[in-house]
Amino acid sequence: MERVIAGKTIAVNEEGYMTDFKQWDNSVAEVLASEAEITLSPRHWEILSYLQTEFKNEVPLSIRKIGKSGVVDIKEFYQLFPKAPLKTATKIAGIPKPASCI
Amino acid sequence: MKQLVILGAGTAGTMMANHLSHELDTDLWKIIVIDEKTEHHYQPGYLFLPFDIYKPSDIVKTIEEFIPKKAELVRGTIDRIDPKNNRVLMTSGTEIDYEVLIVATGAKIAPEETEGMKGSEWHKSVFDFYTFDGSLALRDKLRHWEGGKLVVHITEMPIKCPVAPLEFAFLADSFFKNKHMRDKVEITYVTPLSGAFTKPKATDALEHLLHEKNIQIESDFAIERVDNENKMIVDYGGREIPFDILVTVPTNKGDEVIERSGMGDDLNYLPTNKATLQSKAYENVFVLGDASNIPASKAGSVAHFEAEILTENILRYIKGEPLKEEFDGHANCFIETGNGKALLIDFNYTHEPVEGTFPFPGVGPLRLLKESRMNHMGKLAFRWIYWNVLLKGTHIPFVSPTMSEAGKHYE
Repeated sequence: MERVIAGKTIAVNEEGYMTDFKQWDNSVAEVLASEAEITLSPRHWEILSYLQTEFKNEVPLSIRKIGKSGVVDIKEFYQLFPKAPLKTATKIAGIPKPASCI
Repeated sequence: MKQLVILGAGTAGTMMANHLSHELDTDLWKIIVIDEKTEHHYQPGYLFLPFDIYKPSDIVKTIEEFIPKKAELVRGTIDRIDPKNNRVLMTSGTEIDYEVLIVATGAKIAPEETEGMKGSEWHKSVFDFYTFDGSLALRDKLRHWEGGKLVVHITEMPIKCPVAPLEFAFLADSFFKNKHMRDKVEITYVTPLSGAFTKPKATDALEHLLHEKNIQIESDFAIERVDNENKMIVDYGGREIPFDILVTVPTNKGDEVIERSGMGDDLNYLPTNKATLQSKAYENVFVLGDASNIPASKAGSVAHFEAEILTENILRYIKGEPLKEEFDGHANCFIETGNGKALLIDFNYTHEPVEGTFPFPGVGPLRLLKESRMNHMGKLAFRWIYWNVLLKGTHIPFVSPTMSEAGKHYE
């Protein structure tokens, strides 16, 4: 599936998660964030960059791990990305939705 | 004599002891099984205790009667594993050396991980049903409860038997219907997931059932704390859900011995190769069942399928042959849906549960992802199979350790 984001053609899955991280850039993130009704602050960018690094290192993401990461505590994570922070933040970061454990 | 040591005499460890006592040359190898407990519990039975469907004596036997004669059962508490020196240190001071170690120490609940969970209301209005004591306390509560808000809740994944909380909600619905008080009970199912289950097709089927049984679902709920005073659970986003009875599945963790040994991840699960079941850090250490971090369900059926493959890999390891990368994450679970019916799901790492027939393609007699009485009979019959077939490491006819795609309706 493809859609146009910030003037670029971007590959996404049926849930709207990007499937090719190489297509991600700051302007794409801005659009995805605004669709989630989030205005990205420097703090948001720090967390997005942390999530992307974890993804590149193939570390499975979970709320628990993020809470213990030292980058952000769970409370603040929820304030920055309300409702379902991990799902929202990974979508904006252009990485796959974390596979919830079986 | 060389020693093969198995840590844990639960479902996984017991099956492994039985498999290996048939396969290993016992003139050359001594099999030692270590556990601190004396009782073996049929853990799926914990689900039925609260509703007076099973009684305690149905689900408790001794560990001893399932350990093969050729193996030695050591009763005692493990202090830690010393994998660099290939030995197990007991708290008594005894040291047990091994050539091959199988870790089957399982997983258990850790309510202390959530603020307030093990607080003043623990086992008064806040219950678990993943322990014998929790299940019995809940049974005593439900026998006399006059109704109100029943909240069934999962703290975080992964948990043992991920379908059990759903089954609990379904059985509660039929329990209160039979007591002619369903109208006095409001049942809410609260999950950290975005839906009823982790896989899309099963989620659709299960959410349909929740709806049909008038069970409310609250998804994406990541609990921060239990408020004992106001009797509600609160999530990190500030969402509040009030309860009169909270039936929670607390965080599940691997055994503390894994933490003491410095061998686990942040939840004390042992990093394990998901296809060979060999530990990632030590080549003579293998991991079976709930103790591993592999992305399969933590369930007895998984341990059963793993055990058949692990037995072969241990024999290969001993002969110096390459291990088989064969385990595919195969799981097979009955889901009780109440009123004498059940669903059956069969899936693996890559194939989600779908509709179809099992174990004979096109025939059944069991139906996948559809409610039926036959499936419920299967679930009840399973207790007999567990004690008499599964623990003994006997192959269950027609059910292979790797999943079969035949008879399943993939798109």
